[in-house]
Amino acid sequence: MTELRLEDLSVRIGDRRIVRELSIEARSGEVIGLIGPNGSGKSTALRCVYRALTPSEGVVRVDGDDVTRLSARAAAKRVAALTQDGTADLDFTVAELVALGRAPHRRGNRPLTEAERELCRDAMGRTDVLHLAERGVLGLSGGERQRVMLARALVQQPDILVLDEPTNHLDLRHQLALLSQLRTANLTIVVVLHDLNLAAAACDRLGLLSEGRLVAVGTPPEVLTAERIARVYGVDVVVTEHPLTGDPQILFTLDAPARALATPKLEGHPGC
Amino acid sequence: MPLLAVLLTVVLAGSVFLAIGLGSAVIAPADTARYLWASVTGGVLPAEDATRYQIIWQIRTPRVLLAAVVGAGLAAVGVAIQALVRNALADPFILGVSSGGSAGAVAVSLFGALPVLGMHAVSAGAFAGALLATVLVYTIARTNSGVTPLRLVLTGVALSFGFQALMSVLIYFAPSGEATSMVLFWTMGSFGAATWGSLPVVSVIAVAGILVLYGFSRPLDVLGLGDESAVSMGVDAAGTRRGLFAVTAVMTGAMVAVSGTIGFVGLVIPHITRMLVGATHGRVLRIAPLLGAILMVWVDLLARTLVAPRELPLGVLTALIGVPVFIVLMRKRRYVFGGTS
Repeated sequence: MTELRLEDLSVRIGDRRIVRELSIEARSGEVIGLIGPNGSGKSTALRCVYRALTPSEGVVRVDGDDVTRLSARAAAKRVAALTQDGTADLDFTVAELVALGRAPHRRGNRPLTEAERELCRDAMGRTDVLHLAERGVLGLSGGERQRVMLARALVQQPDILVLDEPTNHLDLRHQLALLSQLRTANLTIVVVLHDLNLAAAACDRLGLLSEGRLVAVGTPPEVLTAERIARVYGVDVVVTEHPLTGDPQILFTLDAPARALATPKLEGHPGC
Repeated sequence: MPLLAVLLTVVLAGSVFLAIGLGSAVIAPADTARYLWASVTGGVLPAEDATRYQIIWQIRTPRVLLAAVVGAGLAAVGVAIQALVRNALADPFILGVSSGGSAGAVAVSLFGALPVLGMHAVSAGAFAGALLATVLVYTIARTNSGVTPLRLVLTGVALSFGFQALMSVLIYFAPSGEATSMVLFWTMGSFGAATWGSLPVVSVIAVAGILVLYGFSRPLDVLGLGDESAVSMGVDAAGTRRGLFAVTAVMTGAMVAVSGTIGFVGLVIPHITRMLVGATHGRVLRIAPLLGAILMVWVDLLARTLVAPRELPLGVLTALIGVPVFIVLMRKRRYVFGGTS
């Protein structure tokens, strides 16, 4: 098992600072959720983990190794990603696309071994797309395609899996199925989620970002307080406990006028 | 899919043989075989065969072989370019290679530059023009965050117009009347200038290029999932794209230099191939060059026989044959490229 650390991560694009001095860690086997309003830097931070971006300052460490110093291949064997651009232009079959997850492990055009094909079938079974194996990916629904992409990430056999809004396009059943798969995947996971209730149910700990800064980190009950949500999202909510699990539940009404966003003040890192 | 590849290889060999025998002077297959055998083995032929032997060996064989090589090369480049710029409408000439090459060729022939290269000066000019165009397009399309496919395509289209204007200006002020026919050769494409002398260089470049692209089948597959996913899967998207663009530019430049701009093959053969064998580049890059070579050999045969002794421009025929085939295949099978299905 592997731990992931983001240390003092800053990302500048042009003269905009998208992520500012972000430090957070995912311990071995932990599911960490990154939450925050649009433009708070969640996806940008995640992109540094799977090397789509190089941080302006700070490092991302996988078990102590700076990911930017690893080769693309070596990094891909340890970190897999489910990105938001993860659609295909080409009409691969589902089985072909899932098999591409073996790319970092295979040199050149050598075909997959029998063990690798078994691995692919297993991953397709786990994400419930085995019956689609011979279908073209461009003909699938958004939810089916997302599960295919997850299977592809799983056959990469990473230690760490990062996911950028993986529940987009999924109906409730598949949202829950995907998140419970993450919980049992036995990987260190960082997931960006918009739905706070899903985040509370799925994650061991949450990191709340606002304007590029980490403003809170801790267990879901520690992070998801009505007062903090009001300050960061500018929305008045009621936070209750889930009657069965005790997870925090965010309740809201459409009538409550969204309040003017207070300029987020710097605060310490509670729970850090 | 090896069965299909073997089958197509046999068809290609047969087509090449037939095309060498056929033409404005039809030469019987037995005689064709005899002449080819004599050439390859250095045998002796009776004196009355001299003319026909000349036609077969000096004129038609290099021409048909060039058609096969260029057809294969254009098809492979088309496959790669469509994957690299993630655009179904891309073809080998999208990055301004063809108009750059034409402008280079016209410039060299009008100004008599590069005299040291003798008869190859015009080809060299075309090659240089093609590479220059690609480098220009690439440099202009670049931003701090790398090269996005759409910017490349747009820049290529814009610069193509620029090079065409440049070529028009050159012709307008040209001292010789030759320039017009020359431009026609370069913009419509022809294998009429094929000789044994011009064949080796383009063949080596095309075949080596196809092998390189084939070797990058899996990265091309991965790039099809988007750059971010590609990076997360261990493929350096920017570097791979840059390298493979260089390969396709050299290939296209070499082909434009000897045969001008032959449209349609590099656009349609990749799609037809994907309809037949699916999207995986390991298969597409085995089949597409064979299909491209076969199509080109037949197209060239038609071009020089239909209205002999005149020749039809190749572009006219590639469209005449390719469009119906493409439409039939597209209507028969559910074929999609890109997000719209």
